Amino acid sequence: MVDSGKINWHEDMFSVLRSQNITLVGHVPDAGHTPLIRLCERQNDMDVVTLTTEEEGVGLLSGAWAGGRKGVLLMQSSGVGNCINALALPQICRIPFFTIVSMRGEWGEFIPWQVPMGQATPSVLGAMDVKVFRADRQEDVGATVDAAANFSFNTRQSSAVLLSQKMIGAKQFKEG
Amino acid sequence: MLERRPLLKSILSDRPKDLLAVSGLGSSTWDLSAVGDHHKNFCFIGAMGQAGAFALGLAMAQKEKRVLLVTGDGELLMSLGILATIANQGPENLVLLVMDNESYAETGGQPTATAGPTDLEQVARGCGIKETATFQNEEETEEIRKMVYGRAGPVFMNIKVFAKPPDLVFPHSFDGVTAIDRFRKSVLSN
Repeated sequence: MVDSGKINWHEDMFSVLRSQNITLVGHVPDAGHTPLIRLCERQNDMDVVTLTTEEEGVGLLSGAWAGGRKGVLLMQSSGVGNCINALALPQICRIPFFTIVSMRGEWGEFIPWQVPMGQATPSVLGAMDVKVFRADRQEDVGATVDAAANFSFNTRQSSAVLLSQKMIGAKQFKEG
Repeated sequence: MLERRPLLKSILSDRPKDLLAVSGLGSSTWDLSAVGDHHKNFCFIGAMGQAGAFALGLAMAQKEKRVLLVTGDGELLMSLGILATIANQGPENLVLLVMDNESYAETGGQPTATAGPTDLEQVARGCGIKETATFQNEEETEEIRKMVYGRAGPVFMNIKVFAKPPDLVFPHSFDGVTAIDRFRKSVLSN
């Protein structure tokens, strides 16, 4: 994990969720999202929903928006592929689907199996009409998440923030 | 076996003013449309497997209103995991009603897993939903009605229905924006 002074980008993302009144958090967990998930779990007015597959998050957030509640889906890049057909729902209904994606398979990756979906993530999102924002530096995370949330909820279009693996830090595995 | 369309008509007769109804794609959407157009209906015509998750999100956003999901065995089988997610969230206002015709009726009647050994009520129970039932007889219609309106959710009902699909009845609009905007406006207006 890169340490760049006093920036806590997890807390920056959490502050944006609070200021955007995003109270429903669907996720299939990833180490890059764990601090944010923990912050959200401490809030009485937030619901954190552990999903069995990322595509559930698309339907969950769409139904919540129809009921007047804003949400975000937290997932790893491998989960983006699971969402493809589900993304027809927000696209055809102009529902503002909003997701924060922790990237794998792009920078210093250890596991080759993470590479195919990690590399395909931006084009898959683009193919399903999800606008892609990217945060490569810790100091940009809060502003990027805020901009993407504004884009989605103000213009009724879907967006994804990709948290780059270079910023998160590539997980290294050791046997034993 | 029950006739799916008269059953849904019976369930939705004297429909409570604030009941929110969601239907999964295919026959369930034609069924809900056949009962009659309603501003508090949202009908899927695609995104197979997403109706349950949508109904859960809606129920979590509108906790004072009852949410009824009507879907088919094929649509649910595509995303059985949602039953585990629903059980863990435990929304008291969510009722799942599966019209189980044991087949993909829209595409020529190919058998689904429920034509074989798969039992959706047992799947729901195994996922942790406590209020569950399977109904097979027309005489049980009143019991089904009571379960839709009278139990604390999440409620799961599997209804064995005849495979022959009734006539297609289309919802108010095939356009997604038109459909969701009318639904959302109605949901948020009271």
